[in-house]
Amino acid sequence: MTNNVNALKKLAAQIRLGAMEAIQARGFGHVGGSLSVADTLAVLYGAILRVDPNNPKWPERDKMVCSKGHAGPAVYAALALKGYFPYEDILTLNQPGTNFPSHCDRKKTPGVDMTTGSLGQGTSLAVGMALGDRLKGRDSRMYLIVGDGELNEGQPWEAFMFAAAQKLDNLTVLIDWNKKQLDGFVADINDPQSFAAKMEAFGFHTQQVKGNSVEEVLRAIQACEEVKGRPHAIVLDTIKGAGIKEVEDTFSNHSMTPKPEVIQGWVQILRDQIAAMDGGVFDA
Amino acid sequence: MPKIVYDGSLDPRTFKDVIGQTIIRLLESDPDVIYVDADLMSTIGTYKYHQEHPDRAINMGVSEANMMGVAGGLAASGFKPIAHTFGPFASRRSFDQVFLSAGYAGNDITVIGTDPGVCAAFNGGTHMPFEDVALYRAIPTATILDITDTVMFKTLLPQLIERPGVKYIRVGRKQNAKVYDEGSAFEVGKSIRLREGSDLTIIACGIMVHEALQAARILSEQGIHAEVLDMFTIKPLDVEGLLHSAKKTGAVLVAENHNKIGGLYAAVCEALAFHHPTPAACVAVEDEYGEVGPQDYLQQRFGLTKEHIVQVAQDLIKRK
Ligand SMILES: Cc1ncc(C[n+]2csc(CCOP(=O)(O)OP(=O)(O)O)c2C)c(N)n1
Ligand SMILES: [Mg+2]
Repeated sequence: MTNNVNALKKLAAQIRLGAMEAIQARGFGHVGGSLSVADTLAVLYGAILRVDPNNPKWPERDKMVCSKGHAGPAVYAALALKGYFPYEDILTLNQPGTNFPSHCDRKKTPGVDMTTGSLGQGTSLAVGMALGDRLKGRDSRMYLIVGDGELNEGQPWEAFMFAAAQKLDNLTVLIDWNKKQLDGFVADINDPQSFAAKMEAFGFHTQQVKGNSVEEVLRAIQACEEVKGRPHAIVLDTIKGAGIKEVEDTFSNHSMTPKPEVIQGWVQILRDQIAAMDGGVFDA
Repeated sequence: MPKIVYDGSLDPRTFKDVIGQTIIRLLESDPDVIYVDADLMSTIGTYKYHQEHPDRAINMGVSEANMMGVAGGLAASGFKPIAHTFGPFASRRSFDQVFLSAGYAGNDITVIGTDPGVCAAFNGGTHMPFEDVALYRAIPTATILDITDTVMFKTLLPQLIERPGVKYIRVGRKQNAKVYDEGSAFEVGKSIRLREGSDLTIIACGIMVHEALQAARILSEQGIHAEVLDMFTIKPLDVEGLLHSAKKTGAVLVAENHNKIGGLYAAVCEALAFHHPTPAACVAVEDEYGEVGPQDYLQQRFGLTKEHIVQVAQDLIKRK
């Protein structure tokens, strides 16, 4: 674990690289939403979560539910770097018989706390787990990642209302506000207006930060520990495809099938970035 | 009458293109047709049309239950709504809204659920509906079609939007084998005999039609003559066509890209049990959840192959 910002930046780049290498091995995948959330995953697995890769089901652990389950490649990269399984395993993404499917699956992948993929459903599951931990008297925290397009669904808002009514202060909701969903811009399709205002109105302790900055995400998550009696929301102002300029600039960057030389180029960019970074080797 | 041009080759056009084009043609020809989608327009090529005609092609975002309710409301306002999303979200994710807000409340809607069963491939188990037909069959008077090729799709969608009640089409987005010639006519409730035979009847729908026809060819080399029916019309089932064939062959094998519970096999068995008890068997998903992988791998994994049909057929005729 580390609070060192340089180490977390490097970890974020390594998560991006892992996600892209897994997608490269298969030839296609959910590129944009895996990249936008990499910095948050780096902060969670690098600095925040009390987990034990050797005992993934340890009941007292902190938990992470990635309700936008299609960010599986980034989650798998984070878990591999954390030491749950060998890095090479994630290169079986979506191959026959794999334990690394497009969407997160708790029955397949060690360290994945909840099965997700049908957007919206991870929210209630995470609220149920946070409530369960409290009822069991555990000192565990729940970190729930949701997509901005995913918040078109009604179910998350039912879950949020309930979580606030239950004063679930062991829950932190991380909204990946990357402005895009599958078909295009969130604001064009079903304009949610202000997530921050909505979460505040639902009774959440709410912050909005630059979500592709590990410093800001780290500080915001740490600030949650000081606030009692309310669940927490952090609106992550991110870029879909963050970290690879060409992906950021592509309109349709949700699920991509890049030419082999193109994705090889992205992988090389990330490798070069990592080589140029200090911060040492990430120590799980 | 449908004209059969099957030679085992792939349909030159993808469903993806034809689904989008057919919806757009209907929107252009009838001002009462309206199309709603849940953030999956780009998967059937309708996003551009939506940008040009946002009042005819409405993107609801990722809110399938809301979409079915809104479609019901649009029907009550005098529209003929077509709603599209992936099969699991068009069925289990929004079932009560389809059942009550559309069906029970008398609001007629047409639902297109893409990537049925193993066609969900790389999206994996969460996106893989082996139960959508079972759910829709339980909606009173619902119409359910499992589409064989693109000619069938573009011919039937215009008919379907004029039918009363809840209508559900399950259809892939890639290419199936080409079976029907341009200009073929199809009738809801009327199956199509693709091959004549006397030893058993293979009843198939969707992607399994191609497997069934290939299996019938292999069986004929073994001296077993299989009749093949394309039962794209799961509800209403073509009971007359089924019984006619079952009485002749004395054995019925159903091949479907769905759980064996609640789908075409169940519908066929229910009809046979009442009218003309006949030995039956199925090639279908054996009550399992889906998983991730290429479609050909998944067909092997769940036994949805011509080889499996041949094997089950050989066992079945021993029970005659
Ligand atoms: C219930 C449901 N409906 C539709 C889909 C198909 N789908 C997968 S991702 C996606 C868009 C999600 O957008 P967003 O939540 O913004 O994700 P991100 O931008 O972080 O990738 C859609 C519509 C799904 N997985 N689940
Ligand atoms: Mg988004």
